[in-house]
Amino acid sequence: MNVPLDSLLDWADVAPAALLIRRAHLLDPRTGLDRPGDLLVRDGAVAEIGAPGALRAPPHAEIVEAEGLHAFPAFVDPHVHLRTPGREDEEDIETGTRSAAAGGYGAILAMPNTDPVVDSASVLGSLRERARKEARIPTGFTAAVTIGQRGEQLTEMAELAQAGAAGFTDDGLPLRSARVMRQALAYQRLAGRCIALHEEDPALSGDGAMHEGDLSALLGVAGIPSVSESTMVARDTELAAYEDGFIHVQHVSARQTVEVLERARAAGVRVTAEATPHHLLLTHECVRGLDTRYKMNPPLRSEDDRQALIDGVRSGVLGCIATDHAPHASEEKEEPFETAPMGVTGLESAFAALYTDLVVPGVLGLGLVIERMTAGGEPFGLSIPTLAKDAPASVCLVDLAAEWEVGESGYESRSSNCAFAGRRLAGRVRMTIAAGAVAFRERSFAIGAVA
Amino acid sequence: MKRHLLSVDDLSREDIERILGRAESFAEVSGREIKKVPTLRGRTVINLFYEASTRTSSSFELAAKRLSADLVPIKAQGSAVDKGESLKDTVQTLSAYDPAAVVFRSPHAGAAGLVASWTPASVINAGDGKHEHPTQALLDLYTLRRRAGRLEGLNVWIVGDVLHSRVARSNILAFGRMGCRVTVCGPPTLIPRGVESLGCEVRITLDDLAEADVVYALRMQHERMTGSFVPSLREYAAQYQIDGRRLGAGQLLMHPGPVNRGVELSAEVIDSPQALITDQVESGVVVRMAVLYELLAGGSGPLRGAEDPSRPASEPQPA
Repeated sequence: MNVPLDSLLDWADVAPAALLIRRAHLLDPRTGLDRPGDLLVRDGAVAEIGAPGALRAPPHAEIVEAEGLHAFPAFVDPHVHLRTPGREDEEDIETGTRSAAAGGYGAILAMPNTDPVVDSASVLGSLRERARKEARIPTGFTAAVTIGQRGEQLTEMAELAQAGAAGFTDDGLPLRSARVMRQALAYQRLAGRCIALHEEDPALSGDGAMHEGDLSALLGVAGIPSVSESTMVARDTELAAYEDGFIHVQHVSARQTVEVLERARAAGVRVTAEATPHHLLLTHECVRGLDTRYKMNPPLRSEDDRQALIDGVRSGVLGCIATDHAPHASEEKEEPFETAPMGVTGLESAFAALYTDLVVPGVLGLGLVIERMTAGGEPFGLSIPTLAKDAPASVCLVDLAAEWEVGESGYESRSSNCAFAGRRLAGRVRMTIAAGAVAFRERSFAIGAVA
Repeated sequence: MKRHLLSVDDLSREDIERILGRAESFAEVSGREIKKVPTLRGRTVINLFYEASTRTSSSFELAAKRLSADLVPIKAQGSAVDKGESLKDTVQTLSAYDPAAVVFRSPHAGAAGLVASWTPASVINAGDGKHEHPTQALLDLYTLRRRAGRLEGLNVWIVGDVLHSRVARSNILAFGRMGCRVTVCGPPTLIPRGVESLGCEVRITLDDLAEADVVYALRMQHERMTGSFVPSLREYAAQYQIDGRRLGAGQLLMHPGPVNRGVELSAEVIDSPQALITDQVESGVVVRMAVLYELLAGGSGPLRGAEDPSRPASEPQPA
C-alpha cells in the first residue's frame, strides 16, 4: 500500500500565503534552529530563512513584524473529536479545525467514534470530502477497528486504508476481546496503518467515574483503578510483540502504564504513546468539588501518576502530547458528576497550559515541549513539521509573554467544557500557518503593512 | 454556619454542638401534647426526593410541619422528571415558588451541591448517592450522646458495607469531628481503597470488636451479592454479623435501618436494651427540626417571632 501518507490529510484549498515573518525567535528543536531570524513563506513552503531583518519581502507579500514572538513548527494533534457526523451541535469540521488552528496546530487526526461510526469507506469518504471544503488545517480521519466499535468484528481495514484512513482506533472504548485485538494486529500486516488504543479493562473500571484512591473513598464515587489501564497495555504490548504489529497507546494516565511501556519498548515492541495536557497538569484533587468539567476518561489521577507522566514525556516513552479534545454540550455537563459525560476540550489552551505550568517553572524545556507537541503524526507515519527551507509551511507564532484568561473571550470551538477555563496562562498563539496558508490570526494581532 | 448543609464537612464542632443542643430543646416540645412551634410559619420547604425513602422523607416532613412551614413533597416518580425534565430545569422551576429550603435526595454523588448552585434556597442534602447523608450522622450523634452522656473519646466501630454506604462516610467524618475514635470493619471487597484518609482505622475481622464502645452496623444490601463482593450472605453473616456472642454487655449498638434481620444483625441484639435503633428513628424528627431551624431561622441567634423556639404554637398568632 504505497499511498504517500501525507496525502491522507484533507483541508480546504485556499490561496497560499506570501508572508514574511520578521525578527521572530525561530525554534525548531529537531534541527537545532534556535535563534532570531526572518522566515519567508511562499507557494505553500518555507521559501527562505535568514538573519533578523535580512530577508526582503517579495511584491504583495504580507509582512509580520514578529520581534518578541516565537515561531515554532505548528503542532500536530493525533487525538481530536470533531463530533462529525452526528453531533454537529458540539463541534463540526470547521469549528474544530478553527479551534485547533487557534491553539497553534497545523494538523490533526479525528477520532471515529461518531454517529454513525467511521467504520466504512463511504462514511470516511464523505468526511474527507467535507474536510476538503471546511477544514482550516490538514485533517486526517481515523477509522474504527471494529464495526460499530462493538469490539466484535473487524472493519474492512484494507479498503478503509485505501480510502485514506489515517489509522485505526475504537477510541472511547477498549478492545475488550484479546482475540479481536490479536486479529486486528495480524490483519495490520495487510492493511498497514497504526492501531491506536484506548486502554481500559471494563471489568476493572466498571461504573467508575474518577480515579480510585483516597478521594474517591471520601466522595463515594466509584473509582477507576490505574490497573484497569496498565493491565490492558501489558496485554496489548504482548500481543503486538507476538504479531509483530505496531500500536499507539492513547491518553496514558497512570504510573503503572508508563512502567509497562518502558519495559515493552526496552524489549523492542513497536509501541508509541501519548499524554494529554490535562493528565500532565491536573490531578484528581480537581474532582474534590465534583465539578463535571474535570470528568474525563481516563480520569485525572494522583500527583505520583502525574509526575510519572512528566518523566515519561521527558524520556520519550510518551513521545507526543495529544489533547483528546472532547467537546460536549453544556446541558450534558450540567448533570451530577456520575451521570455527566466524560471529556474536556483542550486545543486552544494546550500550549499555554503546558508552557505556564511546565516550561516556566523549569520542569521541562521549551524545546522538548515543542518536540512532543509536533510529534503527534509520527506514530501514524505522517511527516513532522519543520522550519526548514523548502519544507511545507506549517508554522505558529506565539507570544510567550502574553497572559490571557482561558475562555475570557469565548472559544473557537463550539463547546466550552475546557479543563483550564478561567485559568490565567502565559503564551498566546498569535498566528498559525498550515499547509502554506494562514489558518488562524488573532483578531487583535496587529499586522504590518502590505509591501 | 453555611447556608446549605451538603456535607458533614460543612459543619464545625461548634455547629454540631449547637444543632444537638437545639434538638434537645425541640425534644421537649415533642413531649408536649401540641408539638408545633411557629418558627417557620409562612415559609416553604420542598422535599425533593429522586430516590425511595421512608424514614428520611417522613421525618423531614414532620420536622417542617412541626416548625409550621408549608411543605411540598415531590417524588421523581409521577413528576416532570418522568417527562424527561433535567434536574436543573426542575430545580429552577421549583425555585420560582420561593422556597426557604429544598431537602434533596439523589442517587448521585454531589447532586445536592449542584442543586445548591441553581437555587437561592438553602439546600439540605438528604443523601446523595454513596457520598453523604449528613442529617443521618447528626441524628446518630444526638442519639449516642443522649445515651452515653458524651461523645469525646468513644471508640466507634462501623461494621459492614462501607464501600456503598453514604451513612458510613458521613459518620466517619462526624464521629471523628466530635472526638470519637473511628474504626471501619468489613470484607476487604467492601472497604474502599484509601478510606484511611478520612481519619479512621481499618480492620477486616471482628477479632478486636471488644475494644469498641459503640458498634454501628451498616445495612448489607442483597444486590451486592450480584457483584460478588461477598461469596454469600451466609458467609457474610458468619464473618460479620453482630450477634449475642459478639456484642459485649457494655457495648451500644446502632444501625441506620432498615435492618436485614439475620444478616448484619441477629434478632437478639436488635431487641436488646443495648440497641439504639428505635431511638435513632425517633431522633430523626427533632434533629431535622434543629437543622431547618439553624439554616432558616438564623442559627446561633433567635429570629423575629422565634424568640423561644420551644414556644408552643397553640398561642394566638398574628395573622
